[in-house]
Amino acid sequence: MENSDTDRTLRADDLTVARGGVAVLEGVSFVLDPGRALVLRGPNGSGKTTLLRTIAGLQPATAGAVEGAGERIAYAAHADGLKSMLTVTENLTFWAQVFGFADIAGAMAAFDLLSLQDRLAGSLSAGQKRRLGLARLMVTGRPVWVLDEPTVSLDAASVALFADAVRGHLARGGSALMATHIDLGLEADVLDVTPFKAKPRAAVEDEAFL
Amino acid sequence: MIALLVRDLRLAVRAGGGFGLGLAFFLIVTVLVPFGVGPDTGLLARIAPGVLWIGALLACLLSLDRILALDWEDGSLDLLATAPLPMEGIVTVKALAHWITTGLPLVVAAPVLGVLLNLPLGGYSWVFVSLALGTPALSVIGTFGAALTVGLKRGGLLLSLLVLPLYVPTLIFGAEVARRGAEGLDVQVPLLMLAGISFGALALLPFASAAVLRINLR
Repeated sequence: MENSDTDRTLRADDLTVARGGVAVLEGVSFVLDPGRALVLRGPNGSGKTTLLRTIAGLQPATAGAVEGAGERIAYAAHADGLKSMLTVTENLTFWAQVFGFADIAGAMAAFDLLSLQDRLAGSLSAGQKRRLGLARLMVTGRPVWVLDEPTVSLDAASVALFADAVRGHLARGGSALMATHIDLGLEADVLDVTPFKAKPRAAVEDEAFL
Repeated sequence: MIALLVRDLRLAVRAGGGFGLGLAFFLIVTVLVPFGVGPDTGLLARIAPGVLWIGALLACLLSLDRILALDWEDGSLDLLATAPLPMEGIVTVKALAHWITTGLPLVVAAPVLGVLLNLPLGGYSWVFVSLALGTPALSVIGTFGAALTVGLKRGGLLLSLLVLPLYVPTLIFGAEVARRGAEGLDVQVPLLMLAGISFGALALLPFASAAVLRINLR
């Protein structure tokens, strides 16, 4: 089964993730091939964010393994990491430089930010900030986008821009893993995290306090 | 890394960035001391090195909680952690940016403020040298404290309580260099100790800061 795409695949294997020392999801396995998108679904508090943070490498998995992550992940969460006293261009240029990427024009155009380029990020509306935060993904040059509720505070037109950006990313051989409640009109696989909910293990937890 | 340094410096000089606040605080503290202890020039000359050092230390403390807290609040820290920069490099650059915006102005201003405290003539160069050598340690130790308290609401006071005891060795040897210099004594031993503390902190603490930051980001 070895092929050239194998090492570009994101693979989670029997993953257990914990939030604040308590396991929230266990036994999560999935495979995300290049050019594919995987949408996580589940009610609030079901552990989607924790799973995404684990995949992004911000916290260690309690058990199991993630392959093909690390330096290949571009992560976007609820907070956009924008500096309100920097302009749109300065914010985006900073992230482009951090990731060793020179060209921000494509990302600016894809998220319709050109007319805002000299505005301070602090003066943008919530949806405009979100667009700028998502444009950051395009200047990371990383193949796997890990997105946590990317469409929050976006209007319908912006959601369409975002869906186009994801489609373009997938067409270039990238992949996307996202937690979202709305249908982006993408051809995506869906993973419902509800069945992986960790069973409460009171007896085991108690030992920690001995 | 350079992009991060440039961004931090640029943010510091923009509105609300806090550049110059530490310097203004230092100025006010130094001006208040003669009002407090009276116009006895002999007494002022004797305490001048210590006052300048304590003033610089407190001014440094004032801006510590901005080093990482702002980046944590707006999510930049999470994103930087997933960026291709080593966490040790990130905290070092943050400390460097803090030193350039806070420590360096203090170093330059201290000899000028020495005039207000009747600092003996021989003391000016040694106040400058001791602060130039000691303030990087203050920034690096402060970044460690900021990494420990990142994510805590109102972590500023706790940060001060954690960091001030760690500042003691730097203060002792820094003020000693300045005092001995002012009195025309040999400064070699405290100067070498101060240099040792600074370089030791520079070499070791970024690893400690990066480690606690990784834990705090979980």
